[in-house]
Amino acid sequence: MLKYTLRRVVSGTLVLGIVSAIVFAIFYILPSDPARLACGKSCTPELVARIQVALELDQSLPVQYGRFIKGIFVGRTYLENTDAARECGAPCLGYSYQTDLPVTELLVDRLPATLSIAVGASILWLLIGLSSGILSALRRGTWIDRTSQGFALAAASLQIYFVGLILQFIFVDKLAWLPMPGYTSPFDYPLDWAKQMVLPWVTLAFLLSAIYSRLTRSGMIETMGEDFVRTARAKGLSSRDINLKHVLRAAMTPIVTVFGLDLGSLLGGAVITEYVFNIPGLGKLSTEAVTNLDLPVVTGTVLFAAFFIITANIVVDLLYSALDPKVRLT
Amino acid sequence: MTSVNNPILSVQGLTKHFPGGREGLIGKRDVVQAVDGVNFEVAAGEALGLVGESGCGKSTTGRLITRLLEPTAGTVTFEGQDISHFSNAQMRPIRTQLQMIFQDPYASLNPRHTVGTIVSTPFKINKVTPEGGVKKRVQEILEIVGLNPEHYNRYPHEFSGGQRQRIGIARALALRPKLIVADEPVSALDVSIQAQIINLMKDLQKDFGLTFVFIAHDLAVVRHFAQRVAVMYLGNIVEIADRDTLYATPKHPYTKALLSAVPEADPDATGARERIRLTGDVPNPINPPSGCRFRTRCWKAAEICAIEPPALLQIGKTQVACHFPE
Amino acid sequence: MSAFLEVKNLSVAFPTEDGIVQAVDSLSFSVEKGKTLGIVGESGSGKSVTSLAILGLQKGSKARVSGEIWVDGNEIISASEAEVRKLRGKAMSMIFQDALAALHPYYTVGHQIAEAYLVHNDVSKKVAATRAIEMLDRVGIPEPHKRVNDYPHQFSGGMRQRAMIAMALSCNPSLLIADEPTTALDVTVQAQILELLRDLQKEFGTAIILITHDLGVVAETADDVLLMYAGKQIEYGTVRDVLQVPQHPYAWGLLTSIPRLTGDPNLALTAIQGAPPSLISVPSGCAFHPRCTYVDNVGTACTNIIPELIPVSEGKHHSVRCHMSAKVRQDIFANKVEPQL
Repeated sequence: MLKYTLRRVVSGTLVLGIVSAIVFAIFYILPSDPARLACGKSCTPELVARIQVALELDQSLPVQYGRFIKGIFVGRTYLENTDAARECGAPCLGYSYQTDLPVTELLVDRLPATLSIAVGASILWLLIGLSSGILSALRRGTWIDRTSQGFALAAASLQIYFVGLILQFIFVDKLAWLPMPGYTSPFDYPLDWAKQMVLPWVTLAFLLSAIYSRLTRSGMIETMGEDFVRTARAKGLSSRDINLKHVLRAAMTPIVTVFGLDLGSLLGGAVITEYVFNIPGLGKLSTEAVTNLDLPVVTGTVLFAAFFIITANIVVDLLYSALDPKVRLT
Repeated sequence: MTSVNNPILSVQGLTKHFPGGREGLIGKRDVVQAVDGVNFEVAAGEALGLVGESGCGKSTTGRLITRLLEPTAGTVTFEGQDISHFSNAQMRPIRTQLQMIFQDPYASLNPRHTVGTIVSTPFKINKVTPEGGVKKRVQEILEIVGLNPEHYNRYPHEFSGGQRQRIGIARALALRPKLIVADEPVSALDVSIQAQIINLMKDLQKDFGLTFVFIAHDLAVVRHFAQRVAVMYLGNIVEIADRDTLYATPKHPYTKALLSAVPEADPDATGARERIRLTGDVPNPINPPSGCRFRTRCWKAAEICAIEPPALLQIGKTQVACHFPE
Repeated sequence: MSAFLEVKNLSVAFPTEDGIVQAVDSLSFSVEKGKTLGIVGESGSGKSVTSLAILGLQKGSKARVSGEIWVDGNEIISASEAEVRKLRGKAMSMIFQDALAALHPYYTVGHQIAEAYLVHNDVSKKVAATRAIEMLDRVGIPEPHKRVNDYPHQFSGGMRQRAMIAMALSCNPSLLIADEPTTALDVTVQAQILELLRDLQKEFGTAIILITHDLGVVAETADDVLLMYAGKQIEYGTVRDVLQVPQHPYAWGLLTSIPRLTGDPNLALTAIQGAPPSLISVPSGCAFHPRCTYVDNVGTACTNIIPELIPVSEGKHHSVRCHMSAKVRQDIFANKVEPQL
């Protein structure tokens, strides 16, 4: 188990290295010139050349990449030996000249908002999705099942920007029950934080709970047909015990897997949700960086998202082996 | 080893090891010794039965003979040609001579193809055009195996299990092969259907002079089909003899136990027979017992059995691999 | 005294899109304590549906069950789910063909046996766990105190079936239904399991219903046999009677078509023509008539009228569903069938 975890961490790190190399290479090949972008309006070819040297863009790709990786571990100083030297402490993921801040600082600054959305929404969608899925499976064919699955189908076909904007129009603009969504620290103003988060949570949970409801329902129904459920009935177990201990227990495994991966990718930035509700999270940061061609930030957000997804994958696989004794991790 | 006259198929030292799981981070990979040093020959026109319990390697042997698998060691000689390591291209002309029938008539037929397509596939793959055209020939074959030739355009799901197995047999017969390897051809069928298929295959063997390697776990079924029988246990052949000798005077303790375990549909016969009950299960082929692989379940086992693997030796009309044959 | 299990006119039907499927049709039989009834039939004959009906497992499904099933004085079909639940596992229990699928993959074998014991016994989990070890020991699992913590996939096929038996017998039920308990096993392991069942039956006086397609297994273990075809019982009697002087052409067909270890292996097997019917379109009259060699002896009755289940001779516990007269059957059996057996 420990060996397995270790091996997965090593291989995960390797994957991160490869992702960073690819991202790096793409930006290197990209026609846009960072030096030109940094140069401003009153730009001369000489100035561009000087900036290129200052930004170390005159170096070869491997050298630049090597320095970047080294910076992650020991930090580095940008524009060294100039009067505009910028310190970037480890773990340094680059320096954004557009905002004049180290990328790591930007990411750490934006993480709490994304974390708030992801955790809150995931609790909500699990609650709604699982309970409606279980109820549908147990009352298969009744009006409860048909209503909840019809709802789920509708919800799954809607889009965040559509649902989000409509909810915002109703609850913020018309009824004024909620403030404009945004982010305030839950440690300073917990009530404001919650009020501002309600709409992003509900919108995101609305769509995902539909998927989880359908997943739970089909998983439960499939499991109900298994031989071991018949065995449980033949033993004389109550239907409550059969449904909870035997059916749900077996149906949960794939749901846990999907949940881990969903949460992982969400932590890398709930791009559309943050954009729609104008919440300063990682997703918003990456869209901003892409529009402004702030390449160091783009690189940083991509790596950060990759990190979460890879971690989620490892956690899911470990969880899977804990849930299913047939899975032996070697 | 005694050899049969005019062997169409000869198997020498045939071995197949499958990679198993790995121990630890960089540990050695386990090796599943599915088939380990098997020797036998099949004469043209005979039916050799290959019997044994699950995990004995009989199906793997069948797949090695038809070269659906490549042997780890040893040779498969078909009509004088060593085909052990033939490439797919080299196998192509051989495959017209060497066909296989599978156990599961539900899984081995493509549900999206019509019977006509299924049975004519061998012609297309091997680029053979029979006299009178493919369709005519396919309809002839369908008739031979007892199906209505007008069912050419129907799909497998429209047929019962027994009829599907007939389709499988028709496909195997299409190119008029010399040798057919039948892997548990009747074990998935209802009791009342099994006899139909056994009779059909027996007729085909007679009418076309086919050679069969008949793989089954059911000793009674093998007795009604094969003229010679090889008993396998954990990757080895433990006994080969002609049918009458093997069933009347089994020499290997395992053969004896296997025969006595078959339940007979006659309440009187059941009481009269000597009963040998083996204890335990077949050991894991990853780590088979040393020496004689059967010794862990054998009531005759002595010290030598753990040390020395017994060789397959001729005793009377039987070849048997046992230190203490009956 | 009435038998421990008494089934009267049991019918089970399932409404489907293609119409009503009559899976079991007016079945009647009984089993005493300490005795074994073999129910024999091919796929779709209704033998498994019968076993589920006895346990009342079709309650809450779309199945329409009618007739009477008396288990130790309790009627199952009219009883509520809660009443039947008290009997399941305690008065009657069941083992299945595929033990790997029938055991929960995520719980240890010991947990599943203890769970069965806990349902009907008000004891601590520790006592139930001890009971699980005891039962595993009883069914012949080596090192039961260790293996009790294994998961089903860590057991071999034979050991899994032993564990199923341990679970089914944990509350000392008086009726055990074994649905093809050895079909998935090798012959040497099958022999072990059948012997275990016989031993346990002797020890506890359990009534056993053994569902199988294998006449050999029936001959070795059962006292009575009930032969089913397309949902109906077509022959019923003692093992000796049904296997040695069978009366129904289907029984003749089965007995002459199975390959045996005795007799001349060079003679062709006498196969039954055709295939078992689908329950959606059961042939009219006697369901076996399209496959029967002897239809000509009777005339149109076979194709039009469903034959009654009648005793072979007055007062005998051997009955058959066939239009042929006793005399005709006797002649055919003596001249055509018996020489092949």
